[in-house]
Amino acid sequence: MLARGFVRLTAFVLLMLAAAHAFAADADPDPADWPAVLEEARGQTVYWYAWGGAQNINDYISWVGERVSDEYGVTLEQVKVSETASLVTRVLSEKQAGRNDGGAVDLVWINGENFKAMKEAGLLLPYSWSTSLPNYALTDFENKPVLSRDFTEPVDGLESPWGTAQFTFYCDSASLPEPPRNLDALKAYIHAHPGRFTYAAPPNFIGTTFLKQVLLGLADDRSILSRPVDEADFDKVTAPLWAWLDDVTPDLWRSGAVYAADTTQLKTLLADDEIDIAMTFNPGEASSAISEGILPDTVRSFVLDYGSIGNAHFVAIPFNANAKAGAMVVANFLLSPEAQARKADESLWGDPTVLAYAKLDADGKARFDMLQRGLATLGPDESGAVLNEPDSSWTNAIEAEWARRFGAAR
Amino acid sequence: MRSKRNGRAGSGPPADVSNRSTASPPYLLQLFSWAAIALVFVPALLGTFYMLLMAFSGGEGPLQAFTVLFQVPGIATSIGLSLWIGLVATAFSVLVTALFFAAFAHTRLISVLSGLIRPLLAIPHAAAAFGMLFLVAPSGFLMRLATPVTGFVHPPDWLLVNDSAGLSLAAGLALKEVPFLFFVVLAALPQIDRRLTVTAATLGYGRIWGFTLSAFPSLYAQIRLPIIAVIAYSTSSVDMAMILGPQLPPVLSVQILRLMNDPDLSLRTAAAAGAIVQLGVTALAIGLWLLAEKAVARLFRDLATRGIRLRADGAVRSAILIVAAWTFLVTYIGLVLLLLWSVAATWRFPDLFPSRFTLDGWTAPGSDLIELVWRSAALGIVSALAGTLMAVGALELEYRRGRVIGRGGWLSLYLPLLLPQIVFVSGLSFLFLRLGWDANFLAVAAVHLVFVFPYVYLTLAAPWHHFDNRYLDIARSLGKSPLMALVRIRLPILLAPLLTAAALGFAVSIAQYLPTLLIGAGRLPTLTTEAVALSSGGNRRLIGVYALLQAFLPFVIFALAGLIPRLVWRNRLGLVSAVREPSRQSA
Repeated sequence: MLARGFVRLTAFVLLMLAAAHAFAADADPDPADWPAVLEEARGQTVYWYAWGGAQNINDYISWVGERVSDEYGVTLEQVKVSETASLVTRVLSEKQAGRNDGGAVDLVWINGENFKAMKEAGLLLPYSWSTSLPNYALTDFENKPVLSRDFTEPVDGLESPWGTAQFTFYCDSASLPEPPRNLDALKAYIHAHPGRFTYAAPPNFIGTTFLKQVLLGLADDRSILSRPVDEADFDKVTAPLWAWLDDVTPDLWRSGAVYAADTTQLKTLLADDEIDIAMTFNPGEASSAISEGILPDTVRSFVLDYGSIGNAHFVAIPFNANAKAGAMVVANFLLSPEAQARKADESLWGDPTVLAYAKLDADGKARFDMLQRGLATLGPDESGAVLNEPDSSWTNAIEAEWARRFGAAR
Repeated sequence: MRSKRNGRAGSGPPADVSNRSTASPPYLLQLFSWAAIALVFVPALLGTFYMLLMAFSGGEGPLQAFTVLFQVPGIATSIGLSLWIGLVATAFSVLVTALFFAAFAHTRLISVLSGLIRPLLAIPHAAAAFGMLFLVAPSGFLMRLATPVTGFVHPPDWLLVNDSAGLSLAAGLALKEVPFLFFVVLAALPQIDRRLTVTAATLGYGRIWGFTLSAFPSLYAQIRLPIIAVIAYSTSSVDMAMILGPQLPPVLSVQILRLMNDPDLSLRTAAAAGAIVQLGVTALAIGLWLLAEKAVARLFRDLATRGIRLRADGAVRSAILIVAAWTFLVTYIGLVLLLLWSVAATWRFPDLFPSRFTLDGWTAPGSDLIELVWRSAALGIVSALAGTLMAVGALELEYRRGRVIGRGGWLSLYLPLLLPQIVFVSGLSFLFLRLGWDANFLAVAAVHLVFVFPYVYLTLAAPWHHFDNRYLDIARSLGKSPLMALVRIRLPILLAPLLTAAALGFAVSIAQYLPTLLIGAGRLPTLTTEAVALSSGGNRRLIGVYALLQAFLPFVIFALAGLIPRLVWRNRLGLVSAVREPSRQSA
């Protein structure tokens, strides 16, 4: 009796395994058939590899986890990475090891050179999915070209927009009422106040962006930068950048022997009064930090007068993700007015939305109407021109050259 | 009684124990014991070989990976830093510990201090490093204390941590190594004939000099292997180097990790080449140390014949006490600062204390925090229990075969402690990835076990060998099987050391950074990996929370390990205290 029961149980388990296998080998989810995606996603666990350096963002992601779990039965686990490049390596290693399904990474927070690297190496879900997400229609893709070209690289529906960003400085207006507004003034300030300015060490994104921002300000012809780097004379184009950096480096914080790790550390250094000027990609960061009590309420944002780099950030799904449908459900939720308005709330995060206000229904509009611009945030008329990101190939080239020149400090 | 004397607390391979050769032990037990050794030995070798394979076959030519490696900016400095920091940290730690014992051996101070130092063994490296960071950084507590004198209104732009010479890293390593060596020496001390120092004293030698000349040479022989493990660790630590080490360029181990994480594939083979270089650096450091040993020995032999007495060493002794006490105190003060930061809402320079408090750090991460604590604890408990079980099996086999493991066995046990983690754990992670074994709980626990088992075994071996086997003989003569004798007699009597060893295994597991990160593919975050990940972010409230919890978990387990025998044996106090042995823990 017992033996027969055991045989039956074994047969059942084998059958289930076979079914599970057949299911796993099933076709990839198609967001055009959204109910099917929702059904497949229910019960899945999505491992979202996302930069984990800022607690308010991590908190936001936990909130997303609660919401998608309640609404769609999707379990979300944030895997906090310190550099997005490391997860590109991770997926690449999996591809090399021949793991074509059941990969560790389901969703990644990504943009720029990492997106391009994954796209070119065939590490992304290889068909256009993001533009078919139900909420994609609400995005402002008509007026925001950064949503369809990521650092000049065509998005091609391989990643789903999440937020936009503008390179922004902030300082304590109580001690620095008139911050430098151009690169000459910034240079003069650094020399006049040795040890009171620094940036993050590339390849951290804010550090690399600072270099690109300086380069854009010094370059004779910015249009060269929007083409691939191998079409340009790299040394000649970037010479003014290195000259500028060589000039200021001895007067940087710690004389350039140590740099900040990322935006969060820059914020901490400002809070500790170790530096006078910090930088961020999130225009609402300073206000958000004031409401958290980290920074004094006299902190204000400012931008340089020749414009600031603006870009968008996205989420993408690796080719071998284990929970593709679940990942799509999360990506779609991130585009919902509810999630976007909460993200734009400066008391929580303050990351600008990718949605078009005009396209929202009354409830969606109401959510955005409730938001208040924080103390330190620049208004639309103060935030200046938006500069396009250079072609993503410049990123690696600049980072490598920076490492060669400054990576082994004097 | 021979076995009792020989089962020593020191760290050299014990000699043959006794003629207690019974019938050959059951195959199951043999298999078990072999499996235990293999579990430590095989992964360490396998990981290393895989790295070798990658380094020499990954590129286009056999040496191409090395060519790429040596083009990495600052790589020569990284290599030099690793060698230098490893030697400086070890030399400082050994010097402080040796001088401390020379000055205070056989005094009450040692037993008083050992109670204070024991908890330090359980504190993970990362937590100790963060505590030190909050103390000595330019915006740290010391600088704040000094503002009345210095008049600073904002933190000075000084390179006090992350300094290019790596001195802050070496100091941080010493914070963990001095307590480790303290207990290693404490365990070895009883085997040094006290008459040596007494004779030296009667000949008119000062305390320090007399101990150094008479007792230290034989003491050193006992603690040599742990010291070599300290060198291996100091030349290759990753988590501490990420927090306190130089950045541009970082030490070699951190540079290897960066190369491994670079999306440029050619750099990954360069990382493998870097791991091979790391192996060479560690070997070179050990080689240099052994050479220095010889030179120092010659010097002292020479000095010993000069008849110098150095009688008046009172001032020196006080100085030694101050230095040694500082290495212990820094960690404790660091813990207090971690606690303060974890509840600080606003704490601006130069305020001595936070001006506003908040519990956000403890409540906001909410479910995350519970999950982290739970996963860290689960990994620790699983690997500590498995490690203890394996150690009991291995030791029982030794007993039944009537001999203890030889030099080869000792070396294979020490292998994971002698090989740089960045070398073989990275190799293992690539291998596991290829086999599809990574990113799951059991894989991470198994790799933790590689580090847990040696410590548990080494801790348990001494009390096990000290055990009076006549209890077992009586049980056997009353007709009990060897298994019953083990379960009913030996294990209950050894309850206290068993729990101490298990608690130590737990602490070792909690502290693991690299194995958790690499084998877990980041998908199994623990308090340690999260705390180190935060070190880049500078959110000190959360660092405080994570690092404090990370230090607190082993404390709890150690407290339980101390409490349970007292409860179980409340009517047999001799069992609580008599068999307690000083424990050993990672450098």
